[in-house]
Amino acid sequence: MNAVIEFGPLLLQGLWVTILVTVLGALLTIVVAFAAGLSGLSKHWWLRVPSSIFVEFFRGSGLLVQMFWFFYALPFLGIQLTPLMAGVLALGLNEGAYAAEVVRGTIRSRPKGQTEAAIALGMSPSLRMRRILLPQSFPSMLPAFGNVMVDLLKNTSLVSLVTVSDLTWRAFTARTVTGATLELFLTILVLYYLLSLLLGWLTRWLEKKYALDRKSLAKARPLKNLVGGVSA
Amino acid sequence: MSIWDSEFAISIIPVLLHGFWITIQITFWSFLISLAVGLVVSVIRFLKIPIVSRLGDFYVSFIRGTPLLVQAYIAYFVLPSFGLVYDALPTGIVVLGLNYSAYTAEVYRAGIEQLPKGQWEASRALSLPPARTWFRIVVPQAVRPIIPVLGNYLIMMFKDSAILSSITILELLGTALQIGSNYYRYLEPITIIGLMYLAISFPCSLLIRRLERRFVPTH
Repeated sequence: MNAVIEFGPLLLQGLWVTILVTVLGALLTIVVAFAAGLSGLSKHWWLRVPSSIFVEFFRGSGLLVQMFWFFYALPFLGIQLTPLMAGVLALGLNEGAYAAEVVRGTIRSRPKGQTEAAIALGMSPSLRMRRILLPQSFPSMLPAFGNVMVDLLKNTSLVSLVTVSDLTWRAFTARTVTGATLELFLTILVLYYLLSLLLGWLTRWLEKKYALDRKSLAKARPLKNLVGGVSA
Repeated sequence: MSIWDSEFAISIIPVLLHGFWITIQITFWSFLISLAVGLVVSVIRFLKIPIVSRLGDFYVSFIRGTPLLVQAYIAYFVLPSFGLVYDALPTGIVVLGLNYSAYTAEVYRAGIEQLPKGQWEASRALSLPPARTWFRIVVPQAVRPIIPVLGNYLIMMFKDSAILSSITILELLGTALQIGSNYYRYLEPITIIGLMYLAISFPCSLLIRRLERRFVPTH
């Protein structure tokens, strides 16, 4: 345990970087998810097609490959990103592509009567989306978004491979100095676990707070999530 | 020197294909491990044995709550200090397989839970013995909706196997990075392998979406 105590302050700095990367990545994920998800629902092909190309491209080629591409390959095209930017960009675009499918799927599965009633009331398409469909869809998006965020948190460990000094990177470098491999890695493993439990609780709290009714809360979990949710 | 060197790009393809072959092997064996271990874990959790089943719950939650990269580091760097020295490749395969076993265990469980209660009740009403209830009633109905979900996880494992390059395995990404550092040209190898991952996973996910429409019941 000595190594963990000795390197405690450095590990804490790493934890802070991990949280920072998670928060920045989450913000980008949400922006990307709604931009790509809503474009995917558009009736204009020039919004739909780029959106689905983006989604398929980023879901299909793997996060770490994308991160390395932003970090190692982009400079050859004359664009130099800082490691942190490359990491956050890859995380946000990748997880955003998954979450875009959540946004698109949830809004599309709202009962048709809602859209019809809004049309009958003479609402324009954008007003219909903003005032009727989106507010109703947020609660049902929450469980799947929670999964994406836990995924994001775990995947922030990959930024250590592009030299961002996050929790994993700190433990890895402390290991080469002290050789206390087991203690250091177990410590950060537990820290990651606590953070993902925290995200899980946060999601469930939001679910409860914004549940439309009891029924929608009860059916928020089963197989449908696994099938239509965050999977590839 | 031009930005994109086509001659160089073509010259590295044979080496990359070798890495690709390793990636396929990793994916295949890890998938088998995840299917088998996931089944064991889900049975243990289903049986509700006091402490053991709770351990199964913890296994699933802990593995799903921690990064694959750190799990791989632990297997690769920590086990040798207990005298357990294995090559990187089998270590990586086992780590990836165990990681995804936590997900397949959940898939099996969801597959069984989504079976309408009436199926269990009818089996009991017909006084079928448990073994027949399971193998003739429950499993055949649970398998169909599970297949596309497992297919999705197979694709995710294919892409996640790239993380194992960090424990010195020369699979597709590892090979590309090695080429990159040898020639100091990263644009070609990383772009090519990105397209290679895409060329496999995109058609596969289209296939799975078709399976989904056929296999997943709407009840």
